[in-house]
Amino acid sequence: MSQTILLPERPPGAVALLLNGIFGENPVFRLALSLCPAVAVTTTVANGIMLGVAVLLVQVLSSVTVALVRRGIHPRVRIPAYTIIIAVWVSAIDMTLAGYFPVLYAQVGLYVKLIVAFAIIISRLEVFASRMPLIPTFWDGLGMGLGFLFALVVIGAFRELLGSGAILGHVVTPEKPLLFFALPAGGFFTIGILMAFFNALERWKRGGKAPTAAGGGAHG
Amino acid sequence: MSAETIAPPEPAPFVIAPGPHVRAEETTTKIMWTVNAALAPAALWGALVFGLPAVGVIVAAVAGAVASEAVAGRVVRTRTSVRDGSAFCTGLLLALTLPPLVPLWAAFLGGAFAIIFAKTIFGGLGYNLFNPALIGRAFLMATLPLPMTAGWITPAPFFANAAAVTTATPLGAWREQGITAAMNLLGGAGSPWVSLIVGLRPGSIGEVSVLLVVLGGGVLLARRIITPTIPLSILVGVLLTTAPSGQAGLHLLSGGLWLGALFMATDYVTSPSTRNGQIVFGLLIGALTGIIRIYGGYPEGICYAILLANTLVPALNLWFRPRRPVFAGAPS
Repeated sequence: MSQTILLPERPPGAVALLLNGIFGENPVFRLALSLCPAVAVTTTVANGIMLGVAVLLVQVLSSVTVALVRRGIHPRVRIPAYTIIIAVWVSAIDMTLAGYFPVLYAQVGLYVKLIVAFAIIISRLEVFASRMPLIPTFWDGLGMGLGFLFALVVIGAFRELLGSGAILGHVVTPEKPLLFFALPAGGFFTIGILMAFFNALERWKRGGKAPTAAGGGAHG
Repeated sequence: MSAETIAPPEPAPFVIAPGPHVRAEETTTKIMWTVNAALAPAALWGALVFGLPAVGVIVAAVAGAVASEAVAGRVVRTRTSVRDGSAFCTGLLLALTLPPLVPLWAAFLGGAFAIIFAKTIFGGLGYNLFNPALIGRAFLMATLPLPMTAGWITPAPFFANAAAVTTATPLGAWREQGITAAMNLLGGAGSPWVSLIVGLRPGSIGEVSVLLVVLGGGVLLARRIITPTIPLSILVGVLLTTAPSGQAGLHLLSGGLWLGALFMATDYVTSPSTRNGQIVFGLLIGALTGIIRIYGGYPEGICYAILLANTLVPALNLWFRPRRPVFAGAPS
């Protein structure tokens, strides 16, 4: 167990891991990972939910798989091994979604395939699943997946309401109020605004002392 | 009792203090209100020829900018205040770049967006990367493409016709139908060139009268608030890129070129600080303006040209950094 340097010997409980994924280390708002798909698919809530659920499933299944087989993977080849594990699950989920939800899949299908390269998934495998027992790994994957889903739904709701004047396809205002937020530039502004909000929330929770989100250099 | 016996200290013959030692009378507040005053003739002309819609847009944009400066200043506790006139200037500049028929709520929102997202979140006055007024305009272009590209009305001095007639701008007509259509739009004052210079043409509220914009810019030049380097470089850039089309005259006298060159590209915060940097900056803006007008998707390109060039300002400052001259035999 020479790899458990960064984490305490005793893994945190289920509730703490879930809350950590949704708020404390929210993949989009706090870790600033996978911003590209978070901008690209979130013009509507429905698209956000679809990709969010796909990521949730891939994250949980990949984390659990890695936690089960981690002792059999040589450290030198762990990244290719993780990538193959992710790719297997992404392919399975991609085909399932294409088969059962063809309409939504037509819009976000490209991004479902791209989940293989999402930074958040492999980073959780590397920092958590590869050095933790099965049960905490499951809760961490679930928390991170739920955090990503939560982020996509919030961003999608914000942008769909402001950009298209609708929510989940139901028209709220007859005219499109602020078309800007339906455009990619508006997506970045939305994430920026929400990131500032979640940073402020975290700082307030910790009594004025919290590190800000990871910020630049994020890909995938 | 010993305190009475000690003589009071003599006034020191020299005051030793860190620099700067020479202080000018100019303050931010004074400069900003001078700029606002220099913009006033063009703004009044816009109100005169486009009537009440233009007055409403100016008031709404200034109100949006000043109100959000007041609120944002309290929220993030910056040192900037409403009274220094910079928010007023941002709102006024934004309004002068807008078509007269833009909805009032949009003008207000544009002013607020300009202050909050182009200035306050970067750290307030002096820290913004982009010209706030142009960010406001770009935001409105993305949000309300229709009013922003079709909200032009025929100029009618002294409220001559009550019903505003929507029309095209000279640059828009030139793009769509050619030079004859553009010149036909400019029949108002006898010669099309007189119309362009005086400002009897459709266009954004503050850009139409080249004469009054140059008058305001001349005040800033005379007061040494701006230098002619950037505006002249921009004009050269536009001339070079539009001359092959044969209509350099139309391009030099229409659109928001003079307003942008004299009042927006010369913003201290978002322009390079060395002369060579300013020349490159100006040529780049002018060339991009001409290229966007001729080959791009929009009739007018000065707004995006300045915003694009703004991104290069830190690089230009680094590139054209003044270097200490090396003297022969000087210790290194």
